Amino acid sequence: MDSYHADKDGFYGPFGGAFIPEMLYPNVDELKSRYLEIMGTPEFQSEFRHLLREYVGRPTPLYYARRLSEKYNTRIYLKREDLCHTGAHKVNNTIGQILMAQKLGKKRIIAETGAGQHGVATATVCALMGLPCIVYMGEVDIARQAPNVARMKLLGAEVRAARSGSRTLKDATNEAIRDWINNPEDTHYIIGSVVGPHPYPDMVARFQAVISEEISKQLQEKEGRDAPDYVIACVGGGSNAAGAYYHYLNRPEVGIIAVEAAGKGISSGESAATSALGTVGIIHGSKTLLMQTGDGQITEPYSISAGLDYPGIGPMHAHLFASGRGEFHSVTDEQAMEAGKELAALEGIIPAIETAHAFAILKSREFEADDVLVFNLSGRGDKDLQTYIEYFNL
Amino acid sequence: MTVKTKKVADRIGEAFQKEGSLLSIYFTAGHPQLEDTLPILRELQTSGVDMIEIGLPFSDPLADGPTIQESSLAALKNGMTTRKLFEQLKVVRPEIHLPLILMGYFNPVLQFGVEAFCRECREVGIDGLILPDLPLEIYEKEYRPIFEQYNLKMIFLITPQTSVERIRRIDASSDAFIYMVSSASTTGAKAGFEASAESYFKRISEMKLKNPLIVGFGISNAQTFRQATGHARGAIIGSAFIKNLSEHGISGISRFINSIRP
Repeated sequence: MDSYHADKDGFYGPFGGAFIPEMLYPNVDELKSRYLEIMGTPEFQSEFRHLLREYVGRPTPLYYARRLSEKYNTRIYLKREDLCHTGAHKVNNTIGQILMAQKLGKKRIIAETGAGQHGVATATVCALMGLPCIVYMGEVDIARQAPNVARMKLLGAEVRAARSGSRTLKDATNEAIRDWINNPEDTHYIIGSVVGPHPYPDMVARFQAVISEEISKQLQEKEGRDAPDYVIACVGGGSNAAGAYYHYLNRPEVGIIAVEAAGKGISSGESAATSALGTVGIIHGSKTLLMQTGDGQITEPYSISAGLDYPGIGPMHAHLFASGRGEFHSVTDEQAMEAGKELAALEGIIPAIETAHAFAILKSREFEADDVLVFNLSGRGDKDLQTYIEYFNL
Repeated sequence: MTVKTKKVADRIGEAFQKEGSLLSIYFTAGHPQLEDTLPILRELQTSGVDMIEIGLPFSDPLADGPTIQESSLAALKNGMTTRKLFEQLKVVRPEIHLPLILMGYFNPVLQFGVEAFCRECREVGIDGLILPDLPLEIYEKEYRPIFEQYNLKMIFLITPQTSVERIRRIDASSDAFIYMVSSASTTGAKAGFEASAESYFKRISEMKLKNPLIVGFGISNAQTFRQATGHARGAIIGSAFIKNLSEHGISGISRFINSIRP
């Protein structure tokens, strides 16, 4: 049977690997040679599980969305990652990585952030562990995500503006990698998604896999089966999706649905739908699908949701797409905003705009009445209130 | 009508036959102006440098500091492309006898097509390549035969953190020179060397590798050039040269080169 997990060199089919300059080699090699062993120890697992339960608030509910199910005449469950501490799934990974950093003896933490959710989740765990935290954020994003910048500062993190290139997430990631090059011994880089050089995509996916692990158990209790017919998630870099799919990757009877941000439309020139617009290349040390010019220059994506405007997708997702294992859709800003509004009205849950993209496919794709769907409700919409206000003239 | 496809000159090897310390200069193609590649190459040759690294600009140069980042973005904005650079080199190569090394990130090479890229390099007289984000393991596993078929020397980097075992592997896989990065940093990040640099240079020099060593990163003037070449065959200047080029233009090149190696 085909495996959709990473092989020992971090390849998912033809995608992944570690295309890194020699200056990064010691850092990445140390992590690569130790992450599985460290994660496998009972001590690590018990600390990780303890913090997820007591600090993050896991397990998060698997909630049967009655009114949404009625409207679309199918059976819809919501995995409530929006109820995690800090408001999104991102913290599952930062808890895991801060413990990893401690086991590796690192004294200083760096991270990149786009919308600020991963930056907040990293600043949070650094405060928890008393480690200094530097978050790189594009100058443009700093201006448009002021509340999250304030949160990070309140949590004791230093927010450094990435002023190179387009001054958004991709450049913040470049700056964080440059910081890591300049600090080869005492620093751990907490990447926020299933992107970057091996072992990051695999390590982050394993930390996020707690999502599908819980779905299996909860679905067993509620439906008497451990797998849904479909598991559905939005994909920017793809960490919430990787976590929701994880235990179902090698179970072909479970449909995997990924929803990307089409922005103003796939052919509008302002889009972040990587599977539709991307070609094979290398971004941030990983071979994957990315948006680029014919000359190999990486282009700037666009989405109304800052968390989805990354020009690539994680190598796991590139493989799911290219192999046909995953079903990829893209929805526009408008479709996502309407879907967010509908979820708020029908279920009393205001989703993050990233998450709202996943729900938009209910309008464009049909499901059977007895299908069991699990949507990963990856984050809550508090951070997006200003965007909702402006969009709907509230 | 291709020229000298049979007999391939070993220009890098010849450069290392010279007495004294080698001076190698890096500049980003297409910066400050799109058509500056030819005059810069001519001026560098006239000024007496021993080797030239031509940077193929990339949108996301993650091993580079601000100076090379900015020159790369400016070059892209000016319209530099892989194809354009090959066209420029084709024109100027007959009058440049120095070894030319192309330095760039792997993604533009991948998009061009690795084999097509190598073929073009050979055609325009590129002698070697530095592709920092194509690591040794992947190069050996997937690409080595293609680069060798076109007689291109692959040059690898080592840093103060590179293990002895890995340095030996890199030495065994190389047949031009080894690029010794002076400290753990991005390009142009540090002015001069840390106190530990001297002992690192010495330590590597004492390994008696089969390939000569060229030091890069942190060299900006006569003093750092002298320090760098105390235990190595030569040194590369990039960011400091680009800064000088931005401030004083092409006519300021010879004065800069003379100030490094009077």
